[in-house]
Amino acid sequence: MKIRYLVLALVVLSIASVFIGVSEVTPKDIFSLTEAQQQVLFVSRIPRLFSIIIAGMSMSIVGLIMQQLSRNKFVSPTTAGTLDAARLGILVSMMVFTAASPFQKMLVSFAFALLGTIVFMKILSKIKFKDAIFIPLIGLMFGNIISSISTFFAYQNDLIQNMASWMQGDFSMIMSGNYELMFVSVPILILAYIYANKFTIAGMGEDFSKNLGLNYRQVVNLGLIISALVTASVVLSVGVIPFLGLIIPNIVTIYQGDHLKKSLIHTALLGAVFVLFCDIIGRVIIYPYEIPISLTVGVIGSGIFIYLLLRRKKYGL
Amino acid sequence: MVDLKNVFKTYNKKKVIEDVSLEIEKGTITSFIGPNGAGKSTLISMISRLIAKDNGAITIDGQDIMQTKNNELAKKISILKQSNAINLKLTIRELVSFGRFPYSQGKLTEEDQSKIDEAIDYMELREIQDKYLDELSGGQRQRAHIAMVIAQDTEYILLDEPLNNLDMRHSVQIMKTLRKLVNEMGKTILLVIHDINFASCYSDHIVALKDGKIVKQGRTCDVIDKCVLKDIYDMDIDIKEIDDRRICVYF
Repeated sequence: MKIRYLVLALVVLSIASVFIGVSEVTPKDIFSLTEAQQQVLFVSRIPRLFSIIIAGMSMSIVGLIMQQLSRNKFVSPTTAGTLDAARLGILVSMMVFTAASPFQKMLVSFAFALLGTIVFMKILSKIKFKDAIFIPLIGLMFGNIISSISTFFAYQNDLIQNMASWMQGDFSMIMSGNYELMFVSVPILILAYIYANKFTIAGMGEDFSKNLGLNYRQVVNLGLIISALVTASVVLSVGVIPFLGLIIPNIVTIYQGDHLKKSLIHTALLGAVFVLFCDIIGRVIIYPYEIPISLTVGVIGSGIFIYLLLRRKKYGL
Repeated sequence: MVDLKNVFKTYNKKKVIEDVSLEIEKGTITSFIGPNGAGKSTLISMISRLIAKDNGAITIDGQDIMQTKNNELAKKISILKQSNAINLKLTIRELVSFGRFPYSQGKLTEEDQSKIDEAIDYMELREIQDKYLDELSGGQRQRAHIAMVIAQDTEYILLDEPLNNLDMRHSVQIMKTLRKLVNEMGKTILLVIHDINFASCYSDHIVALKDGKIVKQGRTCDVIDKCVLKDIYDMDIDIKEIDDRRICVYF
């Protein structure tokens, strides 16, 4: 797959995304927009498009980084408890600081996501039986434990309804003014690109890194911080999009290899295209109603996940 | 010169390395031999600062390895471990390119590229340089790793059981390459090796370890000796001289 095709797909789907919806805005109107149409475009459709692209790119890249650093192809925010921990963080920030600004919420959520991921990595290093399928199962269990803690406290504090909104990833609520926090991801992803070589070296192990004079701990820590920060900002604005960080990097690896410098841009583009595609499906399938993105991505993503698992077995990995 | 003085290492109260002192000359191949659990790998890992020593001093060309910056040391000494089982999908060329990391931090210059080309040609990997590591045979993969070490262009090269899982043909090929690196490029090579006949035929010096202590060190002809080997392996080993090479018969 060439980068060109991915860019083309991204452009085509982006245009489609902007013109799909209940309020009619067609490409013909673009030079003679009524005030209402302008509103729809600039307050809802374009913010939605941006948030989809950023969420798709960042969750995929985070998955890729986590897989390299943990040296396991099935580690991702979904299967390492990162997402659940980020959600618990949001809940705690709502309980403790009732009037928390989105930025404060993000910081608390980030701290929880980081802690959750570190705990998972510690568990991972203690496990002797390292089967490719076993690891994501442990991660999902770990995530569910965190989730049940969240549910308990949410129930006690009448926040179940509130929590459900980050349980399910959903772009339909995105409007200008409530998603800008997501742009935090952009500089972080650029940082990830600058560090691409170092992540790949760290992915080959501590001894390998030391041999090349790389400060292994520092690079791993940076990777975990990037993962947690990006996850927190996405969960807070959009909600949980499952499987994304798992399947996109694995698909890219198949045709592009594991050198981050080579695969990072592919991963970002494919992630954005995939989420855009799922979002459009979700919007047209029961038009004029909408299916939340977590459902479409979940259905398509879990199918691909099963395929990847079986494929791995076939190749004896 | 690599210089070890009274080096100790303890794991969980078990002494793995006990009072080891030795000097390694430049431009030679030194083999570390000994039974399993003798501390060979630990020792070589300590020299390359992968494992910290408990006591004693390790210096390379007069510099204490623990005082030297990681990045500087990576230009002076490289190590290839048996456990370098990489599960990333990388091509040979990508792997070899990482050897230049200490110099370029990932932004490869023209000089880096020519060093990479040289290393690939040296190990005769030119035709398969764009193949992924997981598509290679054990011998090819080992050659790719050695090419990376050559690209890293360090004066000292440490190898932990480089012949593991290789057949005879590939083993001989690797050992001949190492010999060539010493003779042509003036490298200094330290390796852990199990097959004493390979050690006998290709190394200048041998260090024999047992239970974390040096039993004997010296020129190859001094160590490949019936009495010395009996001491190390608790086995009667016959030594035959064939074409000026000492071959151990231990079957």
